[in-house]
Amino acid sequence: MRIALVGQPNCGKSTIFNYVAGYKAITSNFPGKTVTYSLSKVNFQGITSEIVDLPGTYSLTSFDLAELETRRYLLREKIDVVINVIDASLLSRGLELTLQILELNLPTVICLNMIDEAEAKGIIIDVDRLSQLLKVPVVTAVAHKGRGINQLFETAFQMGQNPIRGKIFTFSKDVELVIEELRKHLEEKKYAQKFQVTERFLATKLLENDQHFIDEIKKIDTKFIKKVKDYQQQLEEYRARTSDVVISSERHHLAMDIYESVVTLAKPRVEIRNYLDNIFMHPVLGYISLAIVLYLFFHFVFYIGELVEEPLLAFFYQFLPYLEEKLNNNSLIFYIASGMVQGLAGGIAIVLPYLVPFLLGLAFLEDTGYLPRIAFLMDTFLHRIGLHGKAIIPLILGYGCTVPAVMATRILESERDRFISSILTTMIPCAARITIIFGLVAFYLGPEAALLVYVLNIIVVAFSGKILSRLLPEVTPGMIMEIPAYHIPSLKVLLAKVWLRMKEFIMVAWPLLIAGSIFLSLLKYWHLETFINKLISPITLLLGLPIAVGVTLIFGILRKELSMIMLVQALEVTDISTVMSATQIMTFTIFVLFYVPCVATIAVLIKEIGAKKTVFTILFTFFIAICLATATRLVY
Amino acid sequence: MVANLADVTPGSKVRVVEIRGGLGIRQRLSCLGIHPGDLMIVQASGIMRGPVLVSIHDNKVALGRGVASKILVEVIN
Repeated sequence: MRIALVGQPNCGKSTIFNYVAGYKAITSNFPGKTVTYSLSKVNFQGITSEIVDLPGTYSLTSFDLAELETRRYLLREKIDVVINVIDASLLSRGLELTLQILELNLPTVICLNMIDEAEAKGIIIDVDRLSQLLKVPVVTAVAHKGRGINQLFETAFQMGQNPIRGKIFTFSKDVELVIEELRKHLEEKKYAQKFQVTERFLATKLLENDQHFIDEIKKIDTKFIKKVKDYQQQLEEYRARTSDVVISSERHHLAMDIYESVVTLAKPRVEIRNYLDNIFMHPVLGYISLAIVLYLFFHFVFYIGELVEEPLLAFFYQFLPYLEEKLNNNSLIFYIASGMVQGLAGGIAIVLPYLVPFLLGLAFLEDTGYLPRIAFLMDTFLHRIGLHGKAIIPLILGYGCTVPAVMATRILESERDRFISSILTTMIPCAARITIIFGLVAFYLGPEAALLVYVLNIIVVAFSGKILSRLLPEVTPGMIMEIPAYHIPSLKVLLAKVWLRMKEFIMVAWPLLIAGSIFLSLLKYWHLETFINKLISPITLLLGLPIAVGVTLIFGILRKELSMIMLVQALEVTDISTVMSATQIMTFTIFVLFYVPCVATIAVLIKEIGAKKTVFTILFTFFIAICLATATRLVY
Repeated sequence: MVANLADVTPGSKVRVVEIRGGLGIRQRLSCLGIHPGDLMIVQASGIMRGPVLVSIHDNKVALGRGVASKILVEVIN
């Protein structure tokens, strides 16, 4: 049995999915973080089923890529049961999507999630009445506490065995008349079968000016599109409004009617969080609090990292003299063993101490719902570099890992905005590069120097944005973004999220670190690294770095943190400050910060923006890295 | 009094009169529950021509200045 979770952004689909499938999909408190569907085979209450978590969609009319993906999945794949998740505190708006889902004529169960939030807002919902009106089962839930999920899936399984289709609501008579006429024409042409939808659904979407369906039909039958335009015009004459507004207003009214007949309003509960935005989104206090939040965040990561890094490094490096003693330090086995120790130490002592608190802090900010507030505050500045507020979300996620951040650019509407923010995202120091900034710059040159790197980075990103939007002049469509209510994050979810992101490091990066370390040891053993270093010497010479650093830059393309860990090994010291001056450490960090995205990022860039633009990104970032690092050498 | 949303002072209650601009903007606004005839409250306005924050149907929505200036509203009080 295949069950699909469908609903508007931020209504808790992924939370429900994670509850039954284990923590697999990243959840956060901002609309649109699920950009691609995840699928999981689940054995729940003794029944094996396939559960699909689809990206949130406000409506079934196509606009952004994530929404298009959901619709495509709903129309093309075989689905036994649709679970329509509604944020109960936003019931009237959620019902607009529900009406469209019912038109698809699939067996549907409605889940009123966050029912506690609705009650806090004073929205009391008569669940039985709603179920009678829509003619489908309605289950209430509080997904993040696991409440109601069992009953939801029991209901869904029953629905799968005895499918019921809900009521299809009709619009006002004059509008229905036009839909019916168009429907008859569609019946003749059999286009609805082609898209696997009902004729009524297709007719409504065509009247709504749905770009996807119109373009598809235009390819085969331009005459028919002329007919569609005639009907659109007919609607416009009836109502003196454009046809898309006519249909969406009709749906809006239907939803409001249902809402009014099932809801009784009570006095909303007084809560502190209702007043938080008076500070966090205030034109002045908002920016002050943003600065404080970022300052605390930075210090939290640095403090914990520093506390752990030194003792751990000392612990690992005590093995090296021991190895030297036991093994002949010219033997192959010594090279392999010391490479392994270096790789292990790099992973545990340098990367983890900063990565864990960083990911924890980021998860906290995501789940409270603070990120959209940052987007609001930054909108005016992002406009100056040709983007809009929402673009800040991929940029902030970029501080975690560039790969999901590039995917998150899908929340932007225009292709150009996605391209520009993808490039900028690759220049944001991801967790791997953060460990370089902390482990190298903060550790040897002090936290102020690290802060300087961050500030410089933001300035460079802003300038690059400005340059890119000059190269690609186009007016950005402007921000339209929901600001969700604040939530207190659950520790369990925070830890699960940190673990999910850490797993990637442990499973992929760490083995690579150790293998890379051993590989570098072997290169040294056979004296091959001098050859590679010679090849890269034009760069190292230009930047005034030790020649031996060259080979680490190659490793950095595989994984960014490799370049720092390899540095220790390439220079054959444990304390880098003995062989590199402050200027050299800074120059190296600046170069590594910007040059060429890592392999995983390149792969996702090719998928998201295409090969040509990816090549441009690589050249662009490399050029910036060379210029800035050279400048650092001369100035710092 | 009819004005565009970008010029309304925070704290005002307004009714949407008309949404100008193309199909894309109309559809995206309608998805967030903003249609002609709806009531909203202007909550805040960003500095330096920043975005406008409105609350509509128990929900908060941030609208960029450009978007807000395409929404014609009638100020109720």
